[in-house]
Amino acid sequence: MNERQRVVELVDITKTFPGVLANDNAHLSVGLAEIHAVVGENGAGKSTLVKILYGMQTPDSGTVRVKGKDVHFRSPKDAIRSGIGMVHQHFMLADNLTVLENIILGAEPTRGIALDLRGARDKILSLCDQYGMKLDPDVLVEELSIGERQRIEIMKVLYRGATILILDEPTAVLVPQEVDDLFVSLRELQAEGVTIIFISHKLDEVLTISDAITVMRAGRTVASVKPGDITARDLAELMVGSDLPTPDTTVSTVTDVVELRIVGLTSLHTDGRVAIEDITFDIHRGEIVGIAGVEGNGQPQLVDTILGVRDAVAGALHLAGKDISGFDTKMRRDEGIGIIPEDRHRQGLLLDSPLWENAMLGHQSKKPFARGIWVDRTGARDITREIVERFDVRTPGVDVNAVALSGGNQQKLIVGKELILDPSVLIAAHPTRGIDVGAQAAVWEELRQARREGMAILLISADLEELIGLSDTLLVLFDGRIVAKLDPADVTPKTLGSHMTGVAVEEEAL
Amino acid sequence: MTAKITSLGAGLMERTGRMSSARKYALLFILGLFVLSLVQLIAGTKQLTAPGTWGAALRLTVPIMLAALGGLYSERSGVINIGLEGMMIAGTWFGAWAGWQYGPWAGIAFGLIGGALFGLIHAIATVTFAVDQIVSGVAINILAAGSMRFLSSALYTADTGGGATQSPRIQGFIGTFNVPLVSEWLGALSDRGWFFISDVAGIGAGMTTRVSWFTLLALVLIPATWWLLWRTVWGLRLRSAGENPWAAESLGVPVLRMKYWGVVISGALAGMGGSYLVVVQAGIYREGMTAGRGFIGLGAMIFGNYSPFGLLAGSGIFGYSDALRLRQDSVHAILLLLAIGLMMFGTYSLFKRNYQGSATQGVFAMLFFIWWFTTDDVPGQIVTATPYIVTLLVLTIASQRLRFPAADGVKYRRGEAH
Amino acid sequence: MIKKIGLAIVAPVVAFTFAVGVAVLALLAVGVNPIEAFGLMWDFASTPTSVASIINRSVPLYVAAVAVAIGFQMKLFNIGVEGQYLVAALFAGWVGGSIVLWAPFHVLVVVLVAAGVGALWAGVAGLLKVTRGVNEVVATIMLNFIGFSVIGFFLGNFFSVDSGALNQSTPPLPPSAQIPGLNWIFTLFGFAEPRGTELQGFVIIAILIGIGYHLLVWKTRFGFELRASGMNPGAARMAGVNPKKMILYTMLISGGIAGMVGLSTMLGKLHAFTQDFPRGLGFAGIAVALLGRNNAIGMALGALLFGFMERSALILDLNDIPKEVVQIIQGVVVLSVVIAYEVVARIVKNREIKTASDATQASTAGPQEVTA
Repeated sequence: MNERQRVVELVDITKTFPGVLANDNAHLSVGLAEIHAVVGENGAGKSTLVKILYGMQTPDSGTVRVKGKDVHFRSPKDAIRSGIGMVHQHFMLADNLTVLENIILGAEPTRGIALDLRGARDKILSLCDQYGMKLDPDVLVEELSIGERQRIEIMKVLYRGATILILDEPTAVLVPQEVDDLFVSLRELQAEGVTIIFISHKLDEVLTISDAITVMRAGRTVASVKPGDITARDLAELMVGSDLPTPDTTVSTVTDVVELRIVGLTSLHTDGRVAIEDITFDIHRGEIVGIAGVEGNGQPQLVDTILGVRDAVAGALHLAGKDISGFDTKMRRDEGIGIIPEDRHRQGLLLDSPLWENAMLGHQSKKPFARGIWVDRTGARDITREIVERFDVRTPGVDVNAVALSGGNQQKLIVGKELILDPSVLIAAHPTRGIDVGAQAAVWEELRQARREGMAILLISADLEELIGLSDTLLVLFDGRIVAKLDPADVTPKTLGSHMTGVAVEEEAL
Repeated sequence: MTAKITSLGAGLMERTGRMSSARKYALLFILGLFVLSLVQLIAGTKQLTAPGTWGAALRLTVPIMLAALGGLYSERSGVINIGLEGMMIAGTWFGAWAGWQYGPWAGIAFGLIGGALFGLIHAIATVTFAVDQIVSGVAINILAAGSMRFLSSALYTADTGGGATQSPRIQGFIGTFNVPLVSEWLGALSDRGWFFISDVAGIGAGMTTRVSWFTLLALVLIPATWWLLWRTVWGLRLRSAGENPWAAESLGVPVLRMKYWGVVISGALAGMGGSYLVVVQAGIYREGMTAGRGFIGLGAMIFGNYSPFGLLAGSGIFGYSDALRLRQDSVHAILLLLAIGLMMFGTYSLFKRNYQGSATQGVFAMLFFIWWFTTDDVPGQIVTATPYIVTLLVLTIASQRLRFPAADGVKYRRGEAH
Repeated sequence: MIKKIGLAIVAPVVAFTFAVGVAVLALLAVGVNPIEAFGLMWDFASTPTSVASIINRSVPLYVAAVAVAIGFQMKLFNIGVEGQYLVAALFAGWVGGSIVLWAPFHVLVVVLVAAGVGALWAGVAGLLKVTRGVNEVVATIMLNFIGFSVIGFFLGNFFSVDSGALNQSTPPLPPSAQIPGLNWIFTLFGFAEPRGTELQGFVIIAILIGIGYHLLVWKTRFGFELRASGMNPGAARMAGVNPKKMILYTMLISGGIAGMVGLSTMLGKLHAFTQDFPRGLGFAGIAVALLGRNNAIGMALGALLFGFMERSALILDLNDIPKEVVQIIQGVVVLSVVIAYEVVARIVKNREIKTASDATQASTAGPQEVTA
């Protein structure tokens, strides 16, 4: 393959955030009219790298070169001026405006003091024509599908004259047919000389569409390869890394008693798409079942449906042999399901309330937090003190507001208040996300301890070390379904990686 | 003239490519008129389509419409404006003061400024300080009522002929006009007593005879607003601030400035509505003369689904029922109108296979019919309450279908992603 | 902790000072010496008669404020207190004037009818919100106007003793349905007895409502769930709190309390619901709730402040000073207090977050999430 002219070069980029090294001498080199994929796990530093290119972040050190010239972008505006455009994963569209209005907003053509709607429409239609995209400029965005919305975002960028297009996980939100349409569009764009950088986890797609691949892991560029020279399995291994953590070697505490049985659980997104489908598995007493999977494959929806926060459209839940499918969230909680929520600020804490009230959340009708209809302040304070002590929550007292605690201590409080009343099932969603190493070790130890004592635990995590280190059974969630059941003791990066990225499914289908 | 404006509106809508809906509404309007004259025939009254009724309805509609239009600018920019009532109160006071000092046209200008002033206060509180918009609106209402009362007692001393609760009479008045030829022609036609034709002519005559120039000005604001909000850069940016301020910000739109525009204009229009009450209707400021029209305007705007032509229809319902309230014998016929209207709605539902809805509508139609058949008059209070009940019903039935600005009421601060 | 309370007091103090400042300017503008005016107000308001009158004026404001505050606790706006208390007072007055009962039960029935009707009227808005997603602000505003018509309709056609009278009214409440006055309290403490004004006995019920409100919100499970849904709906849902149920219950309770707003005047003074029954208490109650920041004691102080201003306005009038200056103070104080609270809240929050981030190295979320 002949060497294309380099239009984007990122050299030795380093970027740190407080406590995190996001990019560590990372590289990226993209040729003219190339479709260049950047792959890596969650937190591998892909987003940071492209945000630096787009001017949303400034690097601590390193060089950014666009079309051969060194540039120092201070904001996306500078990047746009250099012909770079970015389509974010979360669309920035106004639903109640038309497609045309969304596209021209901020760069409106005028005729006198009026909008030049005809001119804008002509320009959009001719761009559509040029790049082979289908868009009706006069419909409201709210009537459009996700794929069409993405096309608007791309058109917004093209309308502003971009020739280098960054797409942040463009296929994550699309259904397969839309993915095909997107790829057709990308090919057309490429043919017209547009350079495309796209971030993805889905290796089969990456291999289908891209001309070059940059693999990132832990903030570093670990490989730059051509799709023809590599198999999906090897790529998965590069992404996940060759040194998987070893599982917990202590004696298994898994018993024969099924504590939570989930049968055929199915639920929908608010827009009617299937969120999770036909989920079936058991958790035994003394067992940790780990859910592995790239984010956006139905993890939060699974948690919500088990808790009853989201209605199931099919399936059943049995807790210790008792059918709890018809129970509301409160009853499920009172039956003994504990939850360490994924987002502690949105789902777990009352930031402006004292610790003891936070400890009460979810236990508000149980002793010792309540007595009849009354809140038992003394009881609640006492047991919160116990939580603080037993789980090593660093705080001046139980009357300070939760907002005053560090993330790690907030998390230890949540873990503590869920464990203190000995639930029979605990759902732990990303229990150590965003907390320091010390707190992480403490949380892990608490989970192990609870398992030894016979608790059934569902662990959802994006951290492979945590998943493999703690789980007795590993289930892989892909596209809302469980696609594999693995034994953490003999799982390889290749098998795990290929299941998580959907490669294995494709291969089985063949 | 009015007819011209309406057709201008339809023409404008045509160009948006949404002619089909414009045609649908026109058809519905004609159907409504037909039912109206039918009811009139059965009930044996002439008031429902009398020129006098419709002339009064128009005059009663305008202040509500101006408040609603004010609400539109504010809410389209993403700021809920419960303070319309207070801004309107300011408009009545300033309108009367300037009208007394310098004449009616100055009254309009000052009413506008007075309202805008309180709009500015609302903007400072909600946009700059990100105070809860409803809280601020409630506070504006209290503040406006209080300070206008203070100004009255300070400036309308006994020797001016005013007092603590009312102003002296304003100087002069705003002229009226008859639409040449059309007015007389329709008037003559409406006297003929021909079914439907005379009724339509009566409505037309009412709305083309002795029309205040201020009314004309206010009505022109409807298409003007449509043009401004949907056909200029400024309007697009204002609406984008109310729909998705973060997206707008990412594209370089000065969101905070757009919100300021929206809220200040909102106050100005509500103030103008207040000055209409003074300059065209009462000729004098009386405390409490707005009588909740700011709130009603808010209801009319929501009824009209946050669109200028829709809010005109919403305000019209309030204005028409207000005009009827003063004409006792015709009010009773409204029951029959409701019965027939509901019956048609029920048939439509049946056609749409919404059996439950159809049955409910049918039952209510029967009840109204029985009510009409067994009584001779209707208490005025029921008529007064009707528009509010209708608004509440519209919200109940169509709440999911109403398309309120997506970021309406959202606290937005620059640089904070949502 | 002390710092926090200090900041909470700073906001109303700053706002009130600012409001008085505006009033001073207004008075100067019309050529009145502000010091003289305020002196007159203070002197006049400190007589026993004035004190009784101030309390009488503040009681309904306080009850209205509590009704609004309970909604505020979960970010629900009950703008409809105005309509709720008027409709409730009408029906309570009619029932009370139409039945015969022993004294304590008679009063009890009137109070229960008022609370029940208020709850129903507000419940309509609550029901529309949970079943059809209708915004409660708009719904309660519409219900206010419908309520005014309902009152006119029933008073004019069914409930009135003399439908021809200029000021129509429900049948008068018999003595068994009246709450006796409390002027003896003044003599008990050695003050002169108020003249021409009777301290209304309902003040005791208002105090009980205030205590009940405080207990409900801060001491019961329900109150905890209420506040949790207001502060963090996501966390409340995870904790098993059903948001729709909470909305409905809150609207019912708020409306029930709102229903009692007019009772002080009705049971203690007018002894009937009349066409010129005091209006506007619902809206003023919103102002008091904002002023007292939904705190039982804070709202009591706010209500007394409003009562004081309204009472002392009378003396300004007698001295040819525009008494409406108190309305300016009321308006400005409400607006500036909400701004001041907002600013103070932001300062407090920033400070707390700063403390939190100083205390820990690793931030609470990964950089990807922060910038996404």
